[in-house]
Amino acid sequence: MIDGSSQFRSHLRHARGMGSAKEGTHHWLAQRVTALALLPLTFWLVFSLVTLSLEGHLEFITWLSSPISGTLMILFLLVSFHHGQLGIQVVVEDYISNITIRRTLLIVTKFISYLLATLGIVSVLRIIFESL
Amino acid sequence: MKIPHRPLSPHLQVYNLPLTALLSISHRITGVSLTLGIVLLTLWVFSAALGEEEYNLFSLFLNFWLGKLVLFGFSVALFYHLCNGIRHLFWDIGMNFDLKKTMLADYTVLFSSIILTILVWFFALRDLI
Ligand code: HEM
Repeated sequence: MIDGSSQFRSHLRHARGMGSAKEGTHHWLAQRVTALALLPLTFWLVFSLVTLSLEGHLEFITWLSSPISGTLMILFLLVSFHHGQLGIQVVVEDYISNITIRRTLLIVTKFISYLLATLGIVSVLRIIFESL
Repeated sequence: MKIPHRPLSPHLQVYNLPLTALLSISHRITGVSLTLGIVLLTLWVFSAALGEEEYNLFSLFLNFWLGKLVLFGFSVALFYHLCNGIRHLFWDIGMNFDLKKTMLADYTVLFSSIILTILVWFFALRDLI
C-alpha cells in the first residue's frame, strides 16, 4: 500500500486518471470494426471494377443504379471514409505535437472526410433516382 | 583495432530496419495513400452523377498514363493494406506474437499482396493480352 490511510480503498483510485490519454477504446474498436467491414466490401469493389467493362457512362450508370451495387457503393464510401479518418487521426496525433495545429488538422480531416463521403453518397443516390 | 560485436540500440540513421519494421511503416503509408485514393473514387462517382461529358473527362484522365499509374499504385496499396490489415486483426485477438510466426506472416503478407495485384491487373487487361 502506498500509505496507511488508503488501504481500504480499491486500486482503482490509483489507476484513475493515470492513463496516457484517458480515452481511446472506442476509437480503437471502431478502427477494427470498420476494417472488418471493409474486407468484403473491398473484394466486392475490386471484383466489380475488373469484371465489368465500365468504359462508358451508360455502363457505369447501369451498374451503379442496381440496388445491390448502389447499396454496397454507399456502404463502401461511408465505411472507408470513417476508417480512413480514424486512421489519419492516429497519424496526426503521433507526429504533430503542437496542440493548436493538431486540433486544427483533426477538425479539418473530419470535415473533409464526411463532406466527401456525403458527396459520394448523394451522387450514387442521384444516379439511382435518375435511372428510374 | 578489433571491432566489438555488441548490440547497438536502434538509431534512425545507422539502423538497418528489419523487414517487420519496414512492413509496419508501410501499413501507415498505404493507409494514408488509400485515403487519397478514395477521394479519387468519390470524384469518379461524382463525375458520373454530373453527366456523360464530365464522366468522359474523368475517364480521359484515368486512361492517361498518369491516371493508370495512380490506379496501379492504388491497387498495390489496397492489397498490401488489406493483407497486412488481416494480420493486424489477428494480432488484435492475441495471436501470432512470437518471432517465428511474425516472420512467416511478413512473407505471407508480401506474397499475397503481390499475387492479388498481378491477378487483378491480369483480369483488368485481359482483352489487351
Ligand atoms: C480503402 C480503404 C482503406 C483506407 C482509406 C484505409 C486507411 C487507413 C489508415 C489511414 C490507417 C491508419 C494507419 C496508422 O495508424 O498507421 C489504417 C489503419 C488500419 N487499417 Fe485501413 N484503410 C482501408 C482499408 C482497410 C482494409 C480493407 C483493412 C482490412 C483488414 C484495413 C485494416 C486496417 C487496420 C487493422 C488498421 C489499424 C492498424 C494499426 O493500428 O496500426 N484497412 N487504415
